Amino acid sequence: MDRPLRLISRDSIAESPIDSLARTIEGLLVVASQPLTVEQLADATEDDVERIETALGLLAERYREGRSGIVLERAAGGYAFRAAREAAEACSRLFERPVERGLSQAALETLAIVAYTGPVSRPEIARIRGVAADSTVASLVERGLIAEAGREAGPGGAVRYRATPLFERVFGLDSLAELPRLDDLGADAEELRERLLEVAGARAS
Amino acid sequence: MASAVRDLELDLDAFEGPFDLLLTLVLKEQLEPAEIDIAAIVVAFVEHLTATDKIDLDACGEFLVLVAALLEIKARQLFPDEGAELSELEPEEAAEELARRLAEYRRMKEAAGWLRERLAEERDRYFRLGPAPLAPRAERRLAAQDPTLLAAALAGLAEPPPKVSLSHMALRFPPVAQFLERFRAVLRRRTVFDFDGEVAGLSRVEQAVAFLALLELRKSGEVALAQAAPFAPIRVTRPEKERIQQWTVRSA
Repeated sequence: MDRPLRLISRDSIAESPIDSLARTIEGLLVVASQPLTVEQLADATEDDVERIETALGLLAERYREGRSGIVLERAAGGYAFRAAREAAEACSRLFERPVERGLSQAALETLAIVAYTGPVSRPEIARIRGVAADSTVASLVERGLIAEAGREAGPGGAVRYRATPLFERVFGLDSLAELPRLDDLGADAEELRERLLEVAGARAS
Repeated sequence: MASAVRDLELDLDAFEGPFDLLLTLVLKEQLEPAEIDIAAIVVAFVEHLTATDKIDLDACGEFLVLVAALLEIKARQLFPDEGAELSELEPEEAAEELARRLAEYRRMKEAAGWLRERLAEERDRYFRLGPAPLAPRAERRLAAQDPTLLAAALAGLAEPPPKVSLSHMALRFPPVAQFLERFRAVLRRRTVFDFDGEVAGLSRVEQAVAFLALLELRKSGEVALAQAAPFAPIRVTRPEKERIQQWTVRSA
């Protein structure tokens, strides 16, 4: 009987099963290169959605800014790990951010049009901006920020574009619904229109 | 960069500052369009273009659209009556359309500005980027199999296949050689004979083969052929004597 006395066997440590689920989710999120939805996590773990959400709550507490170098974030309708902001400077020395590097004003305007009014076709974008949009659209597709989304109705309809989940991720949005509303700008436009109409009316009379 | 247009610094009599601000002031009627020297704006832009090595077509396009809009506003103000008469568009319509377009564009410009700010705020969010890993392929599972079924399947393969019938390809007409011999025999007995008479009573196919045989004989010089008129009886004769000899020598 020279075996060391073990007061606590491994199996006897009381462990909530939710911790085990959280560890599995942690593993899945490390492997994923894109945000995973609660439904995807539920499918992979063969567990139910409520328990997944509880486990994600545990992980969000563990992986948060100031506590961990890895941060759990909600993005593009799912959950994903990213580096903590304090690591950003070091990251910038080692990694490029090719998706958003050198986005021109034209590209940002086109991106705004697609994000707010998409699915939208190139001719429609050109009409709003007053400039041909072909090369800008092509560059945004190449960056993966927008993607084709069907065609306009009728034969020979132009290809339409929509913003991608990558767009949401890069801009830190959970969904396109988080884009700010442009209502106040709309009021400004209305005022503008009134003024122009007044001027036109005065001149016509 | 398209922002080259908006950031274009202007130094005019009536206005000093970026082009963007000038447009805003004109639209808000805080600046008289009549007082603006549009030619000077064009000159400033062209100078700006020559100062940079690369021509930015987007910027040029944007500049043209904005300057055209400005020119239209100025022209309408300077020549209100003529403008109303000359234009096919009602001034209200034109103004409304212009305002609608400018407003739509301004909204998107504001949105683009918001996106740019957002991008700056999110600059320190680094995350992994890549294509989604492949989903595992569903494995095909076979139920337990009976080995005798496999043996039976192999046995079927081991059997020789049924012979392919060639019956439809069988010769249904006599060989040409038969007629060659027949005509040579006739010519040994007679110096001349009538082809039609010789093949009378034979089937159509046999007559055709007989005709081929006749052509063969003619080709080798064993017979001479004569026909008085199309569809008249074909007369077959022995050719001159020496030719037969030649042929005999050659064929010997």
